[in-house]
Amino acid sequence: MASPILETHALTRRYGSLTAVDSFTLSVAEGEIFGLLGPNGAGKTTTLKMLTTLLPPTSGEAKIAGRDIVHQAREVRRLIGYVPQMLSADGTLSGYENLDIFGKLYDIPRAERGKRVSDALEFMGLADSANKLVRDYSGGMIRRLEVAQSFLHHPRVLFLDEPTTGLDPTARRVVWEHVQRLRQDFGTTIILTTHLMEEADHLCHRLAIMHLGKVAAIGTPAELKASIGGNGVTLDDVFIHYAGDTLESGGTYRETVRTRRTAHRVG
Amino acid sequence: MKQLEQDVRPTVWAEPTQQNPFGFLSEIISFVSKTLVIAELEIRKLRHDPTELLTRAVQPALWLLIFGEVFTRIRAIPTGSVSYIEFMTPGILAQSVLFVSIFYGIAIIWERDLGIVHKFLATPTPRAALVLGKALSAGVRSLAQAIIIYVLAVLLAVRMNWNPLALLGVIVIAVLGAACFATFSLIIACLVKTRERFMGIGQVMTMPLFFASNAIYPISIMPRWLQIVSRVNPLTYEVDALRGLMLANGQMTYGFSVDLLVLIVATTILVIIGSILYPRVAV
Repeated sequence: MASPILETHALTRRYGSLTAVDSFTLSVAEGEIFGLLGPNGAGKTTTLKMLTTLLPPTSGEAKIAGRDIVHQAREVRRLIGYVPQMLSADGTLSGYENLDIFGKLYDIPRAERGKRVSDALEFMGLADSANKLVRDYSGGMIRRLEVAQSFLHHPRVLFLDEPTTGLDPTARRVVWEHVQRLRQDFGTTIILTTHLMEEADHLCHRLAIMHLGKVAAIGTPAELKASIGGNGVTLDDVFIHYAGDTLESGGTYRETVRTRRTAHRVG
Repeated sequence: MKQLEQDVRPTVWAEPTQQNPFGFLSEIISFVSKTLVIAELEIRKLRHDPTELLTRAVQPALWLLIFGEVFTRIRAIPTGSVSYIEFMTPGILAQSVLFVSIFYGIAIIWERDLGIVHKFLATPTPRAALVLGKALSAGVRSLAQAIIIYVLAVLLAVRMNWNPLALLGVIVIAVLGAACFATFSLIIACLVKTRERFMGIGQVMTMPLFFASNAIYPISIMPRWLQIVSRVNPLTYEVDALRGLMLANGQMTYGFSVDLLVLIVATTILVIIGSILYPRVAV
């Protein structure tokens, strides 16, 4: 196997006495779709924030395409795309403007920018709504626009934080199809977080189940199912096996407010 | 199990570093152009919904029409060679720029709650360009305020200075003043992080900034301790410059170059602090 596109070694983040991510070690090959699973508060978003250079790790290290996320942060930022869990497209601008501004921020030359933007709108099935204000888009359209925005500069690694939270099943499938096509057409490595087992099973080559900041299990969906005893086992069973005992806690009041508000806005 | 097949290679990958033939110079060009992109973004938003500009015209109109007209008749405040309404017109421009800018941070908190801030911070845009771009867009908003104040001033028969150079000076000072207080507001937003706390602090900040300045009365009538406060308030220097530039027979106490320098230095320091604090918003 070629050298991994993403490598972490004992990546750790503490908030005071709380260890949000505890010694996270991972290696992802180029072109993989890798899923981070876990209940709310398991450390998925914190991990993603560290890998996208938004949050400095307390200890440990991570490299993307050989560049250190702390010491070569600006180079890393050129190589990655990021779609936050919350709503990140600007509702007061049109879809076209949202993309055009990001094209400029990523230094895509003027001559090429127009074509990239229209290609991206075409690819995501948004060409007809390019000049509509984003606040008039449906939840699924907003998500696809956000993916287009983070993909405009053709990143090597694309990070998606709960890309389908709050979407109805149809919109969810459309987003999945587009993510898969990004990988097929461009060979992009995709790292996503989710707590939907169906999403993990359908989309991801490999999964890591996170539990209280630690990796509880890692492998392909089939390997994970086999690990707890084979026949008729679903990913739900795997999830409950590895992360089940915190299932009732379901995050704090503040997280719940935020998740529901985001779901409301996107949906 | 899904196979990890190697598919078509992409034609253009993102490059980790930009081609950089001029080194430091191209860094500066890149910084300026990114700042302008961020400002452009904010101005595009404004273009989609310009009603905001009009609703913001109400407050300065009320100050000039009610407060100004009454105090002109009282003649209690020594304003030198100009009438009170003339004296306060530049002060009200500075005030409306202050009021618009000082609540600018609320937009940062809104964008943080949404996730927009995170997305921008994950791009290779220099942090200072993100902050300065937002500050500049506050400056553009302030120009709409300036136009409204000029219209009101003409209606109230204030003798204005229409010299093109003076008008250019007013634009520069208004944009700088707005950038200064918008960045200050951004810093507060980065520190308090929630809308409720920000609104409370915003209200508390506005009063001393406005009243401990020369906006609606000269510093000379203040008690000693308040005079000292007023002299370290950038708003004083903004008003001073505007008073000299806007009025037909206006005068500056400190001189244009001192006023300009104070505003530039204050804005630069605030932008530096802001660009250190801004990335922490995403944490």
